[in-house]
Amino acid sequence: MAAIEILGLEKTYTVGFWRKRAKCALRPLHFNVEEGEIFGFLGPNGAGKTTTLKLLMGLVFPTGGTARILGREINDPAMKAQIGFLPEQPYFYDYLTAPELLEYYAQLSGVAPKERGRKVGEVLGRVGLPDVGGVQLRKFSKGMLQRVGIAQAILHDPKVLFLDEPMSGLDPIGRREVRDLMEQLKQEGKTVFFSTHILSDAESLCDRVAIIHLGELRGVGVVADLTSSVEGKVEVVWQGNLVPAAVKTMTTEYHLTGDTVRAVVLEGNQDAAIDALRRDRLRIISIIPVRTSLEEYFVRKLKPSEAAAGARS
Amino acid sequence: MKSPRRITLVASVLLGLCLLASVLLLRQLDQVRNRAAPQEVLYLSSPKVLKRLSLGYQGLLADVYWTRAVQYFGSKHYAGARSYELLAPLLEITTALDPNLTVAYEFGANFLAPQPPNGAGMPQAAVELAEYGVRNNPNDWHLYYDLGFIYYVELKDYTRASDAFARGSRVPDAHPFLKVMAAQMAQHSGEVGMARMLWTTTYQSTADRSIRANAAAHLRALQVDEDVGTLEKLVSLYREQKGHPPSVLGDLQTAGMLSAVPVDPLGHSYKLMSDGHIEVRDPDNLPFIEKGLPPGYVALPPKFLPSD
Amino acid sequence: MSSRIAYIAFNTFREAVRDRVLYNLVAFAVLMSGAAILVGQISIGIERLVVVNLGLAAVSLFGMVIAIFIGIALVSKEIDKRTLYTVLSRPVQRWEFIVGKFLGLAGTLVVNTVFMAVGVFAALLYVSPHFQVADTWILVALYFIVLQFLIITSLALLFSSFSSPLLSAVFAFSLFVIGSFSEDLRGFAALAQGATRWLATAAAYLVPDFSSLNVISSVAHGQPVASQLILSNTLYAVVYAGMILCGAVVIFEHRNLK
Repeated sequence: MAAIEILGLEKTYTVGFWRKRAKCALRPLHFNVEEGEIFGFLGPNGAGKTTTLKLLMGLVFPTGGTARILGREINDPAMKAQIGFLPEQPYFYDYLTAPELLEYYAQLSGVAPKERGRKVGEVLGRVGLPDVGGVQLRKFSKGMLQRVGIAQAILHDPKVLFLDEPMSGLDPIGRREVRDLMEQLKQEGKTVFFSTHILSDAESLCDRVAIIHLGELRGVGVVADLTSSVEGKVEVVWQGNLVPAAVKTMTTEYHLTGDTVRAVVLEGNQDAAIDALRRDRLRIISIIPVRTSLEEYFVRKLKPSEAAAGARS
Repeated sequence: MKSPRRITLVASVLLGLCLLASVLLLRQLDQVRNRAAPQEVLYLSSPKVLKRLSLGYQGLLADVYWTRAVQYFGSKHYAGARSYELLAPLLEITTALDPNLTVAYEFGANFLAPQPPNGAGMPQAAVELAEYGVRNNPNDWHLYYDLGFIYYVELKDYTRASDAFARGSRVPDAHPFLKVMAAQMAQHSGEVGMARMLWTTTYQSTADRSIRANAAAHLRALQVDEDVGTLEKLVSLYREQKGHPPSVLGDLQTAGMLSAVPVDPLGHSYKLMSDGHIEVRDPDNLPFIEKGLPPGYVALPPKFLPSD
Repeated sequence: MSSRIAYIAFNTFREAVRDRVLYNLVAFAVLMSGAAILVGQISIGIERLVVVNLGLAAVSLFGMVIAIFIGIALVSKEIDKRTLYTVLSRPVQRWEFIVGKFLGLAGTLVVNTVFMAVGVFAALLYVSPHFQVADTWILVALYFIVLQFLIITSLALLFSSFSSPLLSAVFAFSLFVIGSFSEDLRGFAALAQGATRWLATAAAYLVPDFSSLNVISSVAHGQPVASQLILSNTLYAVVYAGMILCGAVVIFEHRNLK
């Protein structure tokens, strides 16, 4: 049984007071998320990621299609006890402290009274907020609120986690911690479904991804499979000021800085470039992929439809 | 750029100056508005509208209007006014908003009915007000008393007065005088004893300061009238017997006609005039007296004595 | 189910208290103290009357303001700030949320009223040296005021579930005003003709009846309140608030949250 089954979910809003116009936020969506995987839901801002999550959480009602989580309908309370949700840029009751808030959520999630205190403390430690006992949430920074958000999502030990932009508002250390947490959750057998527009995160974490743009699904699959069709670029850095002619034919992007040269060539030309440099006995300092291949896939996939969308509107 | 401290200083000084200016302007505004012909206007004079506007808090609004009525009458009375146009509407509104506010009916009986400057000179309106009060408070003897009071004192309608007192006497816990007054009214209407009983009852049963002061003043006047009448009679009797008028009031005592020479309620002795009339020394502080006034005396509007 | 409602109610209460709503009691205390002291100067002979009239009117008005101000934000604020998302993603039904919020605010108002009642009785004691038997009816008047709060809270909550705070405040306050002369409205409806009659009758029965729940004037005069009235008013308030809550539940059940 798939953890999440999305069966043609679609959402159209009617906009306008007098003359109602239909605005399509999500075209019929079809994909599944298997148990125990980390699934990335990618797309630029405004693509429909949050709409999809809201549909799955029952906050918004679909104009078509259905979905099932853990084999149950969307508004099934028994199912809800087994999922956790982190909304985008979460905000909480100003005047509560973090432990009070989590205690409240534990109550609503049906955590046994005896367990609540322990779980709250545990989960606060896990998200890196062990000492915020008496401080009211209105005094929390964005990063701290994000951690509280994650805490409330995992508090009741759910089987499936839905995280909307879990890294937002966090500094690099924080992001690393969240990534580690997500790995841990996967190892605990949980399913993690998260949306993001930061591709590097997705690439390092996800087993599979789905890419959405302008309300439409553009691709679903294992990262490696998706990017294998796209040619990336690499940056080659070598010592000296000489740029071999062969390299010059491959690219116009090269810079001389001090004692080194940087040049960007297509991944496919990487070997040819290295050979050219070796022939001229130039010492290669580094060869680094310039952009992540997923990003390239992303941009390539999205550009035509953006142009088309531009032509349509 | 000016430093923050300088700006704070300037702003604070300016604030102080503006405050001072606004206080002075307000005082001037008050003067201007007082000097302009004081329009006696009630902007909202419909009790029904007011009742709606009070959103269910009509009891409180009634108390507010009652306070206004008392202050209106009191301040105008003190200033020697000759008309009180707003008193009736104010009392009407007060009682429409709170029909159980008995003190308002009492006030109407005492100050709406009498002729100016002691009252608004609207005895019929006072009667209607009291009747309204009776209808809404059929078990409160005070209202029957107020009704009877108006009939007796202002309208001199002794039959109706007696009837009102009789109805009131049947109410449980009624003041014992009601029965007495009802019974005796037919025989003794117009007599001093009757009036005295009425004013005494009013004096004893009211909690309102102005009403009590008014009653006391009337009682003093009754005393003076009685004294002056008695003294003048004795003076003529003395003249008949002795052939000449007494030179001082003490002579009456010497002649055995008086056990003691009375003094007026203010503690002053009465003056024996050469023509045999008795006059009071200080008519200004004895309002309502009908006898003992110097000839050509024009009564001032009564100021209630503080000791009342 | 009921425990979740209780948790939501308690959380709503806690939020209101920490939002310093109970500080209104300071203003109330100042008002009652001032009134108790000044009433002897301004209105002699009717001190008790004025204290009761003023005190109960203040309890009623302060409470109305709180009920409306907090009530209109009960749902809309949670939607705006998106605090609602993390609640509804849990096994909490939408209707449980509405009921819990209602009970939380109602509870806050009851607590507030209890404190104010103490203030009113203290002021009363100040102006008349000892309590009279008739003073117990003041408690009935206070109870009726609490019933009024239940009704206005449910209305504020209803509007909050679909409307912006400003409009909700306007609607709720308008209904309070109209409701205070609903008796007259029913009378008017009985006399009207034709279409006006139908409209007026519908309005007259839909609008909450605050006039029956207002016994402040008679209690101020020490008059008793009929037990029949107490029973009828209780039932009416429960039924009316229940009706409005059902409406709120229906609206909220179908609302797409932004």
